Amino acid sequence: MEQFGFTISKPRVINYDANDRKVAGYILENEPSFGLCIECGCCSATCTTGSFTRFSLRELQILLKRGENEKVRDIIDRCMLCGKCILVCPRGVNTRNVVFLARKALKKYNGNEL
Amino acid sequence: MNFDLFVIPFNVGLYFILIYVVVRSVIWFRDLSRPDKLRLQRGFFGKAFGQSLKEIFMESLIHRKILKTNFRLGYMHMSLAFGWFLLILFGTIEADIFGSKHLNPPHKAIFFKFFNPEHGKTGFEAAYSFFMDLILAFILSGLLLAVLKRFTSRVVGMRKATRLKFIDKVALTSLWLIFPSRLIAESMTSGAYGSGSFLTGSLGSLFATFLPVKEAAYPFWWLYSLSLGTFFILLPITRYMHIPTELFLIFMRNSGIRTGDRAGAFTEVQTFSCSSCGICIDQCQLSFSAGINNIQSAYLLKAIRNDDETYNIAHNCLMCGRCDVKCPVGIELYAIRMIRRRREDGYGRLKNIWGGYFRTRLPGKQEKKETKPVYNFLPEYDTGKSDVLYFAGCMSHLTPAVKNAMVKIFNASGVKWSFVDENGGVCCGRPLMLAGEDRQARELINFNSQLIWKTGAHTLVTSCPICYKVFNESYYLDARVLHHTQFIKELIDTGSVKMNFHRKRVVYHTPCDLGRNSGIYEEPREVLRYVASLEQTEYEDENALCCGGSLGNIKLDRADRQKIAEDAASKLTQNNPDYLVTACPLCKKTFSGATGTKVADIAEIVADAIAEPVRTKKHIIRSGSVKESAGII
Repeated sequence: MEQFGFTISKPRVINYDANDRKVAGYILENEPSFGLCIECGCCSATCTTGSFTRFSLRELQILLKRGENEKVRDIIDRCMLCGKCILVCPRGVNTRNVVFLARKALKKYNGNEL
Repeated sequence: MNFDLFVIPFNVGLYFILIYVVVRSVIWFRDLSRPDKLRLQRGFFGKAFGQSLKEIFMESLIHRKILKTNFRLGYMHMSLAFGWFLLILFGTIEADIFGSKHLNPPHKAIFFKFFNPEHGKTGFEAAYSFFMDLILAFILSGLLLAVLKRFTSRVVGMRKATRLKFIDKVALTSLWLIFPSRLIAESMTSGAYGSGSFLTGSLGSLFATFLPVKEAAYPFWWLYSLSLGTFFILLPITRYMHIPTELFLIFMRNSGIRTGDRAGAFTEVQTFSCSSCGICIDQCQLSFSAGINNIQSAYLLKAIRNDDETYNIAHNCLMCGRCDVKCPVGIELYAIRMIRRRREDGYGRLKNIWGGYFRTRLPGKQEKKETKPVYNFLPEYDTGKSDVLYFAGCMSHLTPAVKNAMVKIFNASGVKWSFVDENGGVCCGRPLMLAGEDRQARELINFNSQLIWKTGAHTLVTSCPICYKVFNESYYLDARVLHHTQFIKELIDTGSVKMNFHRKRVVYHTPCDLGRNSGIYEEPREVLRYVASLEQTEYEDENALCCGGSLGNIKLDRADRQKIAEDAASKLTQNNPDYLVTACPLCKKTFSGATGTKVADIAEIVADAIAEPVRTKKHIIRSGSVKESAGII
């Protein structure tokens, strides 16, 4: 793709050749409800952490599914696992386990265990 | 006659297990921390020793707690344990009195009839034989129950019997064979010599009518000895290790040793003290409401013993504590599960059966690694000075009626108070702890502690039992921590708030973290009795159910949670009360979607019962901060 270089925002390309969706696969395997998410954003709206800093589970789930794991890595630890998001989720996603597994999977991904 | 070849298997097994238990106990003692060693030493020469002996008699032999929980199951355990103990004790005495000499080797007592076939025909001897037969009959009645239980657990009033691994089944079979083979061997010998009492004598006479009993008895004496020997040899690698270990556990516990938050010798002793009686399975709501039957505490301990994978078991639990309070052995199941959650999952180091004998410590001990601070984004904010703080908690913000009701109560009480997390606070840290992330939880705890210290408050009131437990146990605060039910109780006692009585029939659901896990049962009920007519349910105090919404379980999916919630709600609302009242915002949220009955928090009921005060100017200004009324009744 042409990189013109005169825009102010960085070019955003979802590149499945470079992205690795193993992390999302691991989460889906251990928590099937991860696949139910419709990215409605209820979780982000009620989030305890989200009221203090940039943390949106909605965004993180999308990033994970795209395989953009590095963007998730720094942010996912901010979650306090308080569980409000489970109560508001209209799809019944076990969001706490998604976060928990994502942390675990990213650690494993680092150690090439996935 | 003093010796026969058939006693060899018994003797090998007996001396093996005696030596093994001594060595194992020494290793456990060595592995204890220094303070725990001192406790045990002090306990051994102090009051704890007597208490332990009493407890060993009451629990390890009579099985009082199981008898109380479930009589038939208790009888089964008692007849096997106490009966066998009596058989050994009086067998030894019998051999000592009636044998050729005093101080006999153990096999002379166990196989007394074989060596003294003529014994027990007349007088005192016959009376003694009658007594010994009675003990044997007692054991056999329990054994019959045990065998039936394997096929249909309903016989002993249990929903489920514990599933066993292969080696356990071998040990179980050898245990089952011990007493029938003794019965047959003794009967045949008695039949041949015309001795024996009501059981062995009559059965012997019966055998003698159609069998060459003198010759036929010998193989059964072999079988008796072999089954004893096999049982003793297999004991260390099966659940029957609980027989010697439980004695050690009772001494340790009475000496004041507690589990704490790290694995060590005491956790290991507890792990081996589990007899897999199955009472924890029977208590578990995941079992009887959601049909999940592989994660209960007995299975967790079994997986730890066998060094199997524990991650899925340890995390798939509501942490309601129902099993913990009912465990007849008094194993700290809650604490052990929490310890397990704090570890990285590592397992499979026990390669074969032999590993079970030789290990000195449980494998899979990796502690989680320290990580860098993650919550450094939290801002410093100021809540000002006040006497009483109100911390609603994350969940109360999702059920604003609770929080608004509390605001109304606080304003009516006239205390100087402030709302810590009015605009959404920081999590208390317990959800992280429940997920095994203690280090991160500590960060949140430090943050909240500082916030509370700065206000200089003497009392901290919270609406959420989850927060209450962690404030109480893991925070270092100058302030007294109260759940809002306790706070309201104090207001009533001091007469600070005037309330009306509502003629509403309510039942009270005790939240797990408030009741079993923090020991607050009475205050909420007293508050309810003051403002409404409280009805009893079958699930009070330690029998309380879990709503199913628990944050303790990270793995349970929504459908199973719903099953638990509906089951619990239907049990609580059997008598169609007007309100199902609870004291936890999470329970309220979970139940409200699971029952047709109206669900409310105690705070809401109380807030609606508050008598309208005579309005002063000051009061109008203050109550102006209440945005919406709790308005439910």
